[in-house]
Amino acid sequence: MSGGRKRKLRLSKIYSFACCKASFRGDDSQIGGKGYSRVVFCNEPDIFEDGVKNFADNSIRSTKYTLATFFPKSLFEQFRRVANFYFLVTGTLAFTKLAPYTAVSAILPLIIVIGATMVKEGIEDWRRKKQDIEVNNRRVKVHKVDGTFEYTAWKNLRVGNIVKVEKDEFFPADLLLLSSSYEDAVCYVETMNLDGETNLKLKQGLEVTSSLQEDLHFQKFKATVKCEDPNANLYSFVGSMEFEEKNYALSPQQILLRDSKLRNTDYIFGAVIFTGHDTKVIQNSTDPPSKRSRIEKKMDRVIYFLFCILFLMAFVGSIFFGIATKDDFQNGSMKRWYLRPDDSTIFFDPKRPVAAALFHCLTALMLYGFFIPISLYVSIEMVKVLQSIFINQDIQMYYKEADKPARARTSNLNEELGQVDTILSDKTGTLTCNSMEFIKCSIAGVGYGRGATEVEKAMGRRKGSPPIHEHDIESEAGKIRGSLDKKTLIKGFNFDDERIRNGQWVNQPHADVIQKFFRLLAICHTAIPEMNEETGNVSYEAESPDEAAFLIAARELGFEFYKRGQTSLSTFELDPVSSNKVERKYKLLNVLEFNSSRKRMSVIVENEEGKILLLCKGADSIMFERLAKNGREFEEKTKEHVHEYADAGLRTLILAYRELDAEEYKEFDNKFSKARNLVSADQERLMEELSDKIEKNLILLGATAVEDKLQDGVPDCIDKLAQAGIKIWVLTGDKMETAINIGFACSLLRQGMKQIIIHLDSPEIQALEKDGDKMAIAKASRQSVLLQISEGVAQLASYRGSSQKAFALIIDGKSLVYALEDNMKNMFLELGIRCASVICCRSSPKQKALVTRLVKSGTGKTTLAIGDGANDVGMLQEADIGVGISGVEGMQAVMSSDIAIAQFRYLERLLLVHGHWCYRRISSMICYFFYKNITFGFTLFLYEVYASFSGQPAYNDWFLSLYNVFFSSLPVVALGVFDQDVSARYCLKFPLLYQEGVQNVLFSWRRILSWMLNGFISALIIFFFCTKAMELQAFDAEGRTAGKDILGATMYTCVVWVVNLQMALAISYFTLIQHFFIWGSIFFWYLFLLVYGAMPPHFSTNAYKVFIEALAPSPSYWLVTFFVVISTLIPYFSYAAIQMRFFPMYHEIVQWIRYEGKIKDPEFCDMVRQRSLRPTTVGSTARLAAKAHH
Amino acid sequence: MSTSTSGGAGSNDANVTRRASKRPKYSKFTQQELPACKPILTPRAVISAFLIVTVVFIPIGVASLIASHDVVEIIDRYDSQCIPSNVTDKVAFIQTPGEKPCNRELHVDKRMKSPIYVYYQLDNFYQNHRRYVKSRNDEQLRDSKNANSVSGCEPEDNANGQPIVPCGLIAWSLFNDTYSFSRNGNNLTVNKKDISWKSDRDHKFGSDVFPKNFQNGSLIGGGHLNETIPLNEQEDLIVWMRTAALPTFRKLYGRIEVDLEKGDVIHVNLQNYYNTYSFNGKKKLVLSTTTWLGGKNDFLGIAYLTVGGLSFFLALAFTIVYLVKPRQLGDPSYLSWNRNHGGQ
Repeated sequence: MSGGRKRKLRLSKIYSFACCKASFRGDDSQIGGKGYSRVVFCNEPDIFEDGVKNFADNSIRSTKYTLATFFPKSLFEQFRRVANFYFLVTGTLAFTKLAPYTAVSAILPLIIVIGATMVKEGIEDWRRKKQDIEVNNRRVKVHKVDGTFEYTAWKNLRVGNIVKVEKDEFFPADLLLLSSSYEDAVCYVETMNLDGETNLKLKQGLEVTSSLQEDLHFQKFKATVKCEDPNANLYSFVGSMEFEEKNYALSPQQILLRDSKLRNTDYIFGAVIFTGHDTKVIQNSTDPPSKRSRIEKKMDRVIYFLFCILFLMAFVGSIFFGIATKDDFQNGSMKRWYLRPDDSTIFFDPKRPVAAALFHCLTALMLYGFFIPISLYVSIEMVKVLQSIFINQDIQMYYKEADKPARARTSNLNEELGQVDTILSDKTGTLTCNSMEFIKCSIAGVGYGRGATEVEKAMGRRKGSPPIHEHDIESEAGKIRGSLDKKTLIKGFNFDDERIRNGQWVNQPHADVIQKFFRLLAICHTAIPEMNEETGNVSYEAESPDEAAFLIAARELGFEFYKRGQTSLSTFELDPVSSNKVERKYKLLNVLEFNSSRKRMSVIVENEEGKILLLCKGADSIMFERLAKNGREFEEKTKEHVHEYADAGLRTLILAYRELDAEEYKEFDNKFSKARNLVSADQERLMEELSDKIEKNLILLGATAVEDKLQDGVPDCIDKLAQAGIKIWVLTGDKMETAINIGFACSLLRQGMKQIIIHLDSPEIQALEKDGDKMAIAKASRQSVLLQISEGVAQLASYRGSSQKAFALIIDGKSLVYALEDNMKNMFLELGIRCASVICCRSSPKQKALVTRLVKSGTGKTTLAIGDGANDVGMLQEADIGVGISGVEGMQAVMSSDIAIAQFRYLERLLLVHGHWCYRRISSMICYFFYKNITFGFTLFLYEVYASFSGQPAYNDWFLSLYNVFFSSLPVVALGVFDQDVSARYCLKFPLLYQEGVQNVLFSWRRILSWMLNGFISALIIFFFCTKAMELQAFDAEGRTAGKDILGATMYTCVVWVVNLQMALAISYFTLIQHFFIWGSIFFWYLFLLVYGAMPPHFSTNAYKVFIEALAPSPSYWLVTFFVVISTLIPYFSYAAIQMRFFPMYHEIVQWIRYEGKIKDPEFCDMVRQRSLRPTTVGSTARLAAKAHH
Repeated sequence: MSTSTSGGAGSNDANVTRRASKRPKYSKFTQQELPACKPILTPRAVISAFLIVTVVFIPIGVASLIASHDVVEIIDRYDSQCIPSNVTDKVAFIQTPGEKPCNRELHVDKRMKSPIYVYYQLDNFYQNHRRYVKSRNDEQLRDSKNANSVSGCEPEDNANGQPIVPCGLIAWSLFNDTYSFSRNGNNLTVNKKDISWKSDRDHKFGSDVFPKNFQNGSLIGGGHLNETIPLNEQEDLIVWMRTAALPTFRKLYGRIEVDLEKGDVIHVNLQNYYNTYSFNGKKKLVLSTTTWLGGKNDFLGIAYLTVGGLSFFLALAFTIVYLVKPRQLGDPSYLSWNRNHGGQ
């Protein structure tokens, strides 16, 4: 009946600082004023006062559209794109006489294209809708009448309802905490979704309502809450509650926010204050910034460029047309009499040539509109969705342990993944797995623990051992690990030392110290044990993973903490004398808990012998100075060990204790409880002072070392990314030492590197800080940071000549504040860019976002941010691409990310394989789109030259409009989805391939313009060869000549063949799908020609039976097609052959390697792999190289 | 094979252990490992491609050229010669009503086997002008019931308040020079049957549609039509109505179905009615035989030969270059980013 026992606890007593001091803060005077007008009648949701009837209901909507707004809104979105708008205008104009083609044929492709995009939008929104429905229909117990609680859906919740939330449930709305399963209305809340902090927060209801612990108590419960209006401030709340004719002030301490989770508490009762969109978390959520990839932005510019060509062509055409038209009718005599210029419409009126030319210009703009690929946007969107499916489906990015595949949440950044220049990575939970393992300890100056840390392994690898032996070390370590795993398999515990385990510690020289050491670990904490009643095992719910690791270690080594009473802690301990497990009970007197300025926590307990003990654990920097003179016996040794541990990347804590005599404690207790009950701003300071006084003269026991475990494969992944030329910046909230250690562990730092460390821990500044003059501190700090940065730059400059020297920049949060100021940030950025690796420690979420912005805008290159916690959200949203780690529970980062992966190591595949492919695919696809449309559009223009620019298209209307939709689009889509320059294996083997994306060689203006030029050349060849070959003479043996219909169809056939064969030449990866689409498109053209020709002549007009009757039987048609198609391809083919052989790009070199089978020649591969003038400076490969160099 | 079986086993395992596993199903398609051919432009491929083009193109070129040379063609430009020398204003002359006969002599240099096709060739005549091309009404041409539908035919839609059949500029400007041929005083009949496309006669021009109110307007354009003959038998009109693609074009006038021997002199008695003078267009009379490839045009044959020759040359050039300058993989200076970084 642990639950029952727990219920009786008054947990608030064990906390001294964090809570119970709120009541006086709230400023009651504001209530009822402007912005503070909300009145909530608790338990009477049906009663409303005038004017406040319209509280939002508790359903939320994250969809972009509703049923009613879908059409107008999504259409508006569509036509905001300039190309689509252009097509809308031309489509509308097509209904006028201006149109060179029929309106239907112009509008239909637009409808298809817009329709497809809208369907896509609709499906995406429907998915969001389903998510909303799921959330809105979650169930919660709500008070109905007479003390009965019934389940209802979240969306039905109303302001004023009383709800009962049970353990591990989310709060459905912002609630006022009334009571909990604990007697003093305390509850624990996990706010991971709000702020990313994993430690639990304590909330406490008002004293007056804390007794309402049963369902039935709410039968008659009435209260009125007056409070602030809905706002986005998570950490403030102003309000008061009227209960039983008395007013009580409310504070944030009583407010439970939606989307946070109830933990370690069986249930709570709460009154609904804010619902739905009024809740603070939803008020807080901003629409995620819409990101567009660099390629798409450039594509827009290319489209503008095409528009310019288009306008130019139309303009030139109009001038010629105007002149010719004016010429037709002069002085009453008609020149081209067959056009009846004497009796003309405005469009061809020789008397008003300017107007005619202007109208013609519009016509020409419509006609040459085929320059602009209408289906480009929709094709790209389709392709990207399909690419995302491939990313989601990649089995090699599936994380089995968490059952999480990769998930591309936005599909419009796929190709950006292939262009990443800088990665900004969070540390905790991203590089490391946020699981702490107790691995070593130093007790009484003796180091224990045989497990090898990741860092040690990495160091071992680094230190001299040639690569051949690397395997041995690793496998040895693996064996040790393996045997350990077999024995324990306990999460958070990786400690093995035969001297300590299984009760052997009693035989050690300082057994009493060891006993005290583990006892301290078992007692000095704020965790709550949970007894699994079936197995009898105890698990712990602790505020931090470190603490849990300590408790588990203590448990495994024979000091099992199993019960927390109201004022007591119970443990099972191994009695050194009898070797039996005995129960010991400690009376808990005070907890002086941890905070970042104190850097330590203590408990004061009274043991069974009546001794009062102060047990303390804390950071080495503050602990050693608090030791008593007689407590420094092991100081030297311990310091040594601590240094060693820190070097190996472990988190260390110093453990110490002291005995208090009753008098001393009494005095302290008196003062302390007085201070605690003090209601003034001084309270906290006073309490800190008091605890500072008592936490002195400690006796050192030893030190613990906990490993912050790196995720699997992180060092290798970083190595690959470094080889690919990607820079990696680590932005962490952790302290500098830990950050540096992790840097070493993942090869971002190495021994030969020159570290430039920028910090503000110099004595002068510390002295200033003591004085507290903020202005002076800021000034001195700024100067100091500036000085350090410029020193760094100078150092870099002095080493410029030798490329072997690598630098690392390490900067802490305080300095970062100044380094990010406007006048310094460029210098800082320059320094950062030139360093091989950059680590920013102690940085706040805001700073992370600022650094990201600085890198993004400063370098103008693509940045990728990767993180897992809510503190990374800013960074993820700021970066060009945000990648969320979905491995752990917190979903905030994933929700605001663009792509979610389960493990850091998948980044390698995501970037080097998928990124590279997507970049290549999209850029080739866009280039090809321009090519094919120019080829087509320019033949139209050339024909105009021979049709006195009258705006008569060379082809049948439907040929025109279906070109982009049917005869040329599908192969491009296939290219965009399936093409691979080299297979995944080669992408990973030659990471430098990735530089093609970073340098953007596949979508440079040069390449785009070359493709366009190719289009112009193709169009010229097709047009002139066709017209020359079919010019005047009889077209077949029957003596009939080729009219417009025949020439048009022949030219069109050539265009279809040429663009599709060009595609076949350009792609390097032929699967059945490609074959199907390419040959299918050509075949489909003939099929279309047949079917369309068979339709009645009023529909098919001049294409009626043209294939069956005229083209197919005539050898001249086939010969012309064959000749024109082959000749058109020859220029590109020759160019490609020369380029491939003599000026291969990197991917082509790799293709050669594959083709020539040189992959098995390691030396040769190495040579190709290293073929960059920029040496790789970080990563384990670079380490080895540097090693070999020295 | 082995990969697919192991993949299958893997997914089975997943199914057994966890029903709702999110593990992506393995397939070669989703893992982007489909079997594919990955051609690259190796020297062998390039050279053989060029050689194949050569081998295919040259025979075709030769055949086309032979076909073109087999065609015997007589071209006679008559637009200026058929104006009496005393006429200064050609346009006024051509616009005055009345017969304008003109006699031409054609010399046959080479035997011409029947059928010999007779063409008229116009120059600088924009039959592909948008106003012109659209100026017709297909409904009206097809069906007598639609005689009144003249939309799109403006300004040649109505005359004297009555709809014109056939309406529109194309029909209105029908070519109306006539030719009659004689050899040694014997008339050579010109067969004007079946000179148009069958589909046009059967489906575009109705058998019950008769010309009506044609060329009755204030301005007479081109030729007149016999109002007793249905449109589908007015083959000159049908041919004319299939608009030409380019401003210089030939249209079929008829067939002479006897052989012409070398040395024959053909007398042509033509009526010069059609006005090309106001836009400086040439008029030519063409007699031509055909082969399997159609009429006389050396372009295709020469082009085939040229491109065939060019690819042979390219094949040769590539062979030499490949031999002389083997590719050096070790040279990194070709890489674009190395080029870019060179300056730094």
